[in-house]
Amino acid sequence: MIIELDGIRKTYRSGSIEFEALCGIDVGIDEGEFVAVVGPSGSGKSTLMNILGCLDNPTEGSYLLAGEDVSAMSETQLAEVRNKQIGFVFQQFNLLSSLPAWRNVELPLIYAGVPRAERRERAVRALERVGLGDRVDNRPGELSGGQQQRVAVARALVTEPAMILADEPTGNLDSRSTADVLGLLDELHTAGRTIVLITHEHDVAARAGRRLTISDGRVSA
Amino acid sequence: MNWLETVRAGLEAVRAHRMRSILTMLGIVIGIASVILTVGFGQGAQQEVQDEIDALGSNLLIVSPGSSTDSGGVRGGFGSATTLTLDDASAIADERVVPDAERVAATTSTSAAVSAGTTNWTTSVVGTTPSWLGVRTRELDSGRFFTQAELEQGADVVVLGPDTATELFAVGNPVGQTVSISGRQLTVIGVLDSSGASSTGTSEDDQAVVPISTAKSLTGSTNSSVSTIYVEATSVETLSAAYQEVQSLLLTRHGVTATDADFSIATQDSLVETANSTNETLTVLLTGVAAISLLVGGVGVMNIMLVSVTERIREIGLRKALGATPRVIGRQFLVEASMLGLAGGVAGVLVGVVGAWVLPAVIDQPVTLSALATGAALATSLALGLGFGVYPASRAARLTPIDALRSE
Repeated sequence: MIIELDGIRKTYRSGSIEFEALCGIDVGIDEGEFVAVVGPSGSGKSTLMNILGCLDNPTEGSYLLAGEDVSAMSETQLAEVRNKQIGFVFQQFNLLSSLPAWRNVELPLIYAGVPRAERRERAVRALERVGLGDRVDNRPGELSGGQQQRVAVARALVTEPAMILADEPTGNLDSRSTADVLGLLDELHTAGRTIVLITHEHDVAARAGRRLTISDGRVSA
Repeated sequence: MNWLETVRAGLEAVRAHRMRSILTMLGIVIGIASVILTVGFGQGAQQEVQDEIDALGSNLLIVSPGSSTDSGGVRGGFGSATTLTLDDASAIADERVVPDAERVAATTSTSAAVSAGTTNWTTSVVGTTPSWLGVRTRELDSGRFFTQAELEQGADVVVLGPDTATELFAVGNPVGQTVSISGRQLTVIGVLDSSGASSTGTSEDDQAVVPISTAKSLTGSTNSSVSTIYVEATSVETLSAAYQEVQSLLLTRHGVTATDADFSIATQDSLVETANSTNETLTVLLTGVAAISLLVGGVGVMNIMLVSVTERIREIGLRKALGATPRVIGRQFLVEASMLGLAGGVAGVLVGVVGAWVLPAVIDQPVTLSALATGAALATSLALGLGFGVYPASRAARLTPIDALRSE
């Protein structure tokens, strides 16, 4: 199993008020699985995604990612885990507008300490993989929404991570681009990638092999 | 992420906000340029004074009436009293009393109008003895200096400084011409060569030198007081011996003790020291003002870096999500701030160098650029960037990726 969540709890404290966003999540995801996490807003879906993405520590419980317990790591250690094991795709694309496509894609490789020449080569290959081999030097402003999200997917792929974590990747896209990006995720799944897709749209979730429904901080089905 | 990558990313960020970066650097530019220029002015002025005093000759004692260390407030200020006389001068000239004195020249000085035909020129009229020329290490451009005989008879002769000669006689040779001082006709017998020391129009090249006896009768003065007695020691080595001899002689003659002496003796070194201490005070003061402007420039850098952190909060969040550690993010902002500081410093040095080259032509004041001050200014600008970058950088480093990503 590439992901093992065991008794994950997350409690937020604001003054004397405590709020339990996640109350005991036990989930296992196998390598090569395509899992959709669905749930209404306020269900704890985003909190789960933050913990899955190693952006936040759980208050309680253990999280094994590719065999490593990441539940109590420091911020610096988590940064390294994110860099190596997780490829993020965000709803807002989160591309740096001043950099051409390939420089956006190479960003995680910079933090991994990959030499410059190799970075360019791998970034171009990742862009070719998502069908943007001819858009390598274009800046995000010169690309359509669907193409920008493809650049983001290329950035998530470039480090060969254990898991691609897509947070509402189609939330900002029209239906054609949505189909486009989902088709790409399907393709990556077929090629053996582990994908965790967070969404509130059921037709998007239907693409996944397995669905995890979150409500009130628990897995309900 | 290594340093090279960090510097490259910093350069990109500075370039991406070109206008803002330039305005931020402007504060540093002004600060560095003014530090370099004020230090340059100070050193230029010091050099000038040094040159002037050097030109006096290094084995010269300058005896002035009045005491600069007067505490009683009775005897009047330095140089204003009338306690030195011609007799004092001739006593010093006595080889048996002051064996280490080579030559002695007593002078009086008044300001008077000198006219040649219809041309008028107000200058300082110096009365002295024939030894003045040698004691003051001056040369004649043309003609001759006055003689002992002319001194004794109070002859109507005058030797003009080169500037004075030019003012009074625009064309032709002044030697042999007649000038009038206080209604008395004097024959010009010589013109001095330029002293070479003074570029700023002090009186060295603008004066009319007459026998001291003539000067006394010109001013209608009946006393024998003099304003300065120049004593040339036989060599630099005997200067302090000559100092002792002159001092004890004058103390005895005036019947006073060293603590309430009514005269003071200065050497070239002591003059340089006095002049420099005045200059230094001014330089330190001005440099202080310039340093404050530099500090304000540094605060500007901090301000802009804080704005930059807020503005790029999503970028910071993204970089952290992609694997940038807090240390890497902090370093990136620190490098950016230092680059702003250093670039401002380099530009400031350029402005300072150009200013040092242009300004003397405009304000007639020499500027001496010092490599030390320039290097220190550059180091300071880098330190300012670093110092004022620490707080914004630590803010950026401490941002949590979730909060940073979530912000709009």
